[in-house]
Amino acid sequence: MTTATTSSTAVRCRGLVKRYADVVAVNGLDLEVIRGECFGLLGPNGAGKTTTIEILEGLTEPDAGEVEILGTTWAHDGDTLRERLGISLQETQLTEKLTVAETIRLFRSFYRNGRDPDEVLVKLSLDEKRKARVGKLSGGQKQRLAVACALVGNPEILFLDEPTTGLDPQSRLELWQQITDFRAGGGTVLLTTHYMDEAERLCDRVAIVDHGRIIALGTPAELISTLHAANVIELAAEPDLDEASLRTLPGVAGPYRRGPYWALPVGTLAETMPHLLALIERSGARLVHLTTHRATLEDVFVAHTGRALREG
Amino acid sequence: MRERYYPLLELTLCRAKEFLREPEAIFWVFAFPVLLAVALGFAFREKGPDKIPVGVVAAEDAAAANRAVATLARSPVLLPRLYEAAEGREALRTGRISLLVEMRTPAVFRFDETRPDSRIARLEADNALQQAAGRKDALPIQSEKVTEKGSRYIDFLVPGLLGMNLMGTGIWSLAFSVTNARNRKILKRLVATPMHRSHYLLSQILGRLGFLIPEMIVLVGGGWLIFGVAVRGSLLLLTATALLGAMTFCGLGLLIASRVSTIEGASGLANLVMMPMWLLSGVFFSSERFPDAVQPAINLLPLTALNQALRGVIIEARSLPEIAVQLAIVAAWGVTSFAVALKIFRWR
Repeated sequence: MTTATTSSTAVRCRGLVKRYADVVAVNGLDLEVIRGECFGLLGPNGAGKTTTIEILEGLTEPDAGEVEILGTTWAHDGDTLRERLGISLQETQLTEKLTVAETIRLFRSFYRNGRDPDEVLVKLSLDEKRKARVGKLSGGQKQRLAVACALVGNPEILFLDEPTTGLDPQSRLELWQQITDFRAGGGTVLLTTHYMDEAERLCDRVAIVDHGRIIALGTPAELISTLHAANVIELAAEPDLDEASLRTLPGVAGPYRRGPYWALPVGTLAETMPHLLALIERSGARLVHLTTHRATLEDVFVAHTGRALREG
Repeated sequence: MRERYYPLLELTLCRAKEFLREPEAIFWVFAFPVLLAVALGFAFREKGPDKIPVGVVAAEDAAAANRAVATLARSPVLLPRLYEAAEGREALRTGRISLLVEMRTPAVFRFDETRPDSRIARLEADNALQQAAGRKDALPIQSEKVTEKGSRYIDFLVPGLLGMNLMGTGIWSLAFSVTNARNRKILKRLVATPMHRSHYLLSQILGRLGFLIPEMIVLVGGGWLIFGVAVRGSLLLLTATALLGAMTFCGLGLLIASRVSTIEGASGLANLVMMPMWLLSGVFFSSERFPDAVQPAINLLPLTALNQALRGVIIEARSLPEIAVQLAIVAAWGVTSFAVALKIFRWR
């Protein structure tokens, strides 16, 4: 990462630290988001994603570190920055007694150069719900309204904290489309997620966060390529196999533990599988679990931490 | 043409709509005080003084006892009844009657001198029996009965209820709304926009003040229609006083809500602030009943001062200079609360 900030940088932070009473939520975190990209912070719950994004949003004061948004800082230019950012908090709650139309109009009124509220509602397919109370909306509709409130100010950067957590598949797809459209219009997106498919699908670049630090950074393809494998075999045998013999199998790039299973990143299944089965046969073990899948960001996370994303 | 948006207006409208869509709030602000006034007004409505029950015992002459009962029954104050001797003493001892008259020669009045009603009954019975026995009054006396308008309990109560309502509505509406917004992270979300923080706080106050006039019409109008409690002073001064009071209690509500993040915490604090004033500040009974030593402190409470000012205008037709001290006390509380609340306010 270069120290010079160019005008192509949307968000930059260095050495962020945030401690709460007994935990270090963010522990020396650096990152840089380029204008026009969709950048994802991927990590399990409690990794420090929300604290990080809220520091970047100017809502939480870091204990140490520097934050630069659109070439300026919160201390220097906070009021103008607010005009240029759209924010959706984790599980945003809006006033339940107000209607969708009233809520979006209220948020619109805070911005000098916002978008037409009705147009935003149409864009987010909330037009039919204009007169519905916020309290009566479904989870997906609430989340769309939260994003609508973030978009109505016509922001340059959209911050989304866990935008699709708890949503049904259809709502997720719709929201992904909105994010893609916003980027297509030149906007920058910084989002947090613990869904690896979301990060792979939406993000140009992903930072994998664990224990308040970035443990891997790159495009989803780059990150997956660090596994040196396109596929992952997961297995368990009784008695258990040892790592040394798994390493000798052709095509296996560094076996690692995933809970009770061995995970073997492999180039092609056809190359490795016969040898694996032969190894099991030879050692007189019994196969109790065997699955395969294409390598994902999840595998990258597991390879780095030995834990699954959802396990936290 | 581009539509213009006014954030303060939008915030205020949203606050008012939020309030109107809360049926409980409507009940507590509008219906409850009127119901309370009606209940208390009827409970303490003016009626003739209660008659004092007295007993008569036929010790020697049953006919004399019967005549005595008839005589005493003509008194507007006494409610006589004939008793057996033992039964009569029992009734006196247990307080069911205030005086026991034993008709013998001389007649005997039995009563407990420490009981005021007994002393009245003794004087009244003595007077009635003496007159019946033929006594002539040496000095002619004519009684004039007086019931002053504005001196009834309901006249005292209505301004007190108005004051109490201004306090309750101001404190609850601000404390609940702001704490709820903080608790549900709505405050945090708003702060993430370019919204001016002062606009938010101001909208909370304006949203509440919007209901002041209807609230006054319901209470003062209701008091006038149902009980004939008339406003004797200036309506303008009354409105201004109520407005000042409402704003002061908004300030206190804001102060209560400035840091707490749970509704439970806010209601605990609100009760802590309001409870002493319900008792001390002369809502249901005059605050002058408390000892002289604590009067200066009670008079400095915002609700005491507001109630004194409201009663001054409604009952005594006082003018602005005559209630200026009370208004200054109310205003001082308001300004101080706002200043402290703004200083310590937590936005997330």
